[in-house]
Amino acid sequence: MADIAELVRLLKELEDDLVSCTRCGMCQAVCPLYGETGRETDVARGKLVLVENLSQEILDDPEAVKERLDRCLLCGSCAAACPGGVPVLDVFLKARAIITGYLGLSPIKKAIFRGFLSNPDRFDSLMQWMGRLQGPFTRSVNKTLGSSCARFMSPVIGDRHFMPIAAEAWHKKAHKDFSAPRQSGQTRVVFYPGCLVDKILPRVAEAAMEVFAFHGVDVYVAAQAPCCGIPALSAGDVQTFSHLVEKNIRIWQDLDFDYLVTPCATCTSTIAKLWPAMDAYITGDSGKIREQISGIVEKTRDINAFLVDVMGVQAKQPAGSETVTYHDPCHLKKSLGIAKQPRTILGASGSLQLSEMSDADRCCGMGGSFNLAHYELSKKIGAKKRDAILATGADTVATGCPACMLQIIDLLSHAQSKIRVCHPIEVYAQSLRQSAGPGRTENQK
Amino acid sequence: MTDKQVVRRFEQIVGAGNVMAAEADRQAYAYDAAVLDSVVPALVVRPETMEQLGQVVALCNENGLPLTVRGSGTNLSGGTIPSSTRSVVVVTNGLARILEINTEDLYAVVEPGVITAKFAAAVAEKGLFYPPDPGSQAVSTLGGNVAENAGGLRGLKYGVTKDYVMGVEFFDVNGELVKSGSRTVKCATGFNLSDLMVGSEGLLGVFARIVLKLIPPPKASQAMTAVFDSVEKASETVSAIIADRIVPCTLEFLDNFTIRTVEDFRHAGLPVDAEALLLIEVDGHPAEVAEDSEKIQEICRKKGAVSVQAAANAEEKDLIWQARRDALPALARLKPTTVLEDATVPRSRIPDMVKKIKEISQTYNLDIGTFGHAGDGNLHPTILTDKRNHEEYARVEKAIDDIFEAALAMGGTLSGEHGIGLAKRKYMEKETSRGTILYSRMLKQTFDPKNILNPGKMIGE
Repeated sequence: MADIAELVRLLKELEDDLVSCTRCGMCQAVCPLYGETGRETDVARGKLVLVENLSQEILDDPEAVKERLDRCLLCGSCAAACPGGVPVLDVFLKARAIITGYLGLSPIKKAIFRGFLSNPDRFDSLMQWMGRLQGPFTRSVNKTLGSSCARFMSPVIGDRHFMPIAAEAWHKKAHKDFSAPRQSGQTRVVFYPGCLVDKILPRVAEAAMEVFAFHGVDVYVAAQAPCCGIPALSAGDVQTFSHLVEKNIRIWQDLDFDYLVTPCATCTSTIAKLWPAMDAYITGDSGKIREQISGIVEKTRDINAFLVDVMGVQAKQPAGSETVTYHDPCHLKKSLGIAKQPRTILGASGSLQLSEMSDADRCCGMGGSFNLAHYELSKKIGAKKRDAILATGADTVATGCPACMLQIIDLLSHAQSKIRVCHPIEVYAQSLRQSAGPGRTENQK
Repeated sequence: MTDKQVVRRFEQIVGAGNVMAAEADRQAYAYDAAVLDSVVPALVVRPETMEQLGQVVALCNENGLPLTVRGSGTNLSGGTIPSSTRSVVVVTNGLARILEINTEDLYAVVEPGVITAKFAAAVAEKGLFYPPDPGSQAVSTLGGNVAENAGGLRGLKYGVTKDYVMGVEFFDVNGELVKSGSRTVKCATGFNLSDLMVGSEGLLGVFARIVLKLIPPPKASQAMTAVFDSVEKASETVSAIIADRIVPCTLEFLDNFTIRTVEDFRHAGLPVDAEALLLIEVDGHPAEVAEDSEKIQEICRKKGAVSVQAAANAEEKDLIWQARRDALPALARLKPTTVLEDATVPRSRIPDMVKKIKEISQTYNLDIGTFGHAGDGNLHPTILTDKRNHEEYARVEKAIDDIFEAALAMGGTLSGEHGIGLAKRKYMEKETSRGTILYSRMLKQTFDPKNILNPGKMIGE
């Protein structure tokens, strides 16, 4: 699309959502980015105005609008707090897609998304090579956290403290079919690890498998683990997004299962909320794909919510004196309303005392690709999260999203902290391992 | 100076990162929360120190550039919409420090960009109380609150922003710092310029620092609800409560349209057949609170309330106020455009006003939900419309005219707490007089000879 008239026409399709913003400005109270910069173009109200002005040809600078739209964590704090109920994230993602369609995707993003991300095998190989080659270029900085930093100046890594890439993607060795035939009364789960767990934090997936085994859940792990599409979607690359959604659906379509469970807040929210919201961009047999998506959405569960709401895991009276604090990932609490269940899972460990941090649901500043493009801002936003965590004096910080985990590891590693960062499922799995006894469950096998 | 030179001068004062000249940035400062046309300013400047602020004002004056100060841009009367495309918007969120909270002398000194709710929380942490709580307090700035004389739910007992302003330091158009008021309860030094600045809507000076009064917090509180089958009974109850020498801290009213809308939104079990719902809270000494709440419940029953219920615990209390907090969001979701007015009448005229608003909504065939501060007569008739529908919007404008006319006819006022700005300036003379407008203009002419301070607002040009 090189025609500005076409750009305007497509943006006009967002009009009904755009006009529902009353400009009340309440989004300013909750936007983590605006909290740092105080710039109106960084907050939802300003961005919505720019998209509306572009659609009405009051503004004729799509590049400037794109640049400002991209300065956003996509945390959804604004949408969750919006008095008028404007579907802010849907509008932003659609606008990014439309404007990217007009401006074209940058060559580097094109190479990454279309060359690697949309081809899971090639993406796995790339990550595997990076996993093997990273040794000489990185050094360990924090033993508790397991974080590393670049040994030499690196334009991409900067001074980030990161988790090393796994030598092999987890799903490759964990691939597993359902037991045949289906046993009555047994819950069948397709486990979708998500890229970050699969390639950087496989220990979360392993913990999940232990928990499934304990609860007698029949688990399927696919031989291929295509990305849920969020990096491409947030970059406005709907072609890659569509490709990935279809790839995933093809893997699941012939399986007989009850739930699709993921340990990643962002994957859960992308599948449950964004796939249906963006289904107009998904090519293929549109009638059929829409039906398939809504079928998947109904079965999709965050792993904490699955264990509590479906398997009936309950919290216990904590016995030990060690404390854990919990960070609410935006994509769990604000997008899906899941806040109690992860805390219940932590409580089910029966050993850790929950010590709430202040503003537990304040964004950690990660925002996926936002952290790559705006590391300094991401760090500033994260500093508040770091301080809130440290103020609790907790021994462990848990959060239901691997992306938040990586950000918190970076923040705490820079602060030379000895606080352990993990997923609630790891805490629960550990308690099962130590046979301190599991949480009382109704469906326990 | 040429435009480029002026921009460079601003950059020298506040730093290049705090000057926004790109079209896309300027378009994001062209509006506020009022349903009015946008005006894109020439430049947006964000000073971070008081000195920078003074220099910015002086530079605007030197070059005859109109200047509009903007806090969080939540104004409901267009006060923060730039006056013209030559305007410089001065954003105050870089001046957001709480400079002092004095627990011995019960005052605080703040910069104008401090967020109201953050300030109230900081004060509460020190064991004190700052009562003004405008609906936008989570984002509104104290500078904006003072410039608009913002109110809130606690107006009846605790008063509004003007009752808490002890002093204001502000820049005149030449960038000279003017100081008025003091940190003492009594102050008879010089003209009472602080009071003049309250509600001046950015027309007379630019706030640099504000001294605010703090009070000890009440020790106890009790919330209750009363359901009525007629607005008259609800209103008589309000009058009877006050006639009985009880001043609740909050006394809110929801009409049937609003009750139904909130119930559709939250499903909290509100009585959808009720014509009026009163939400009442008393606070003070525990014994006084217990006695007053008993008395109020009795009065409600005597005046014919269908049911009366007191909150048994914090959770129930929160549920009561949730209904009030939901009023605007729930109404706003019905249609794309929400016109929120704040015409205010003497409290005894509330039944007449509610009746009149109902008539107006029928005359113009519009959806209007009315809720608000029954205790002080400050109602919020909220018109739900779609500004893209020009025919309907023309009816909305007529309805607004009628609402104001009715309020004035009942001895009321145009604005309880939102200010006049652009939206209500055409009615100003009706409430006041030709002489008032001329006098106000003379005053402005003296303070601001080049007419650069938020020109065109409130009193026209």
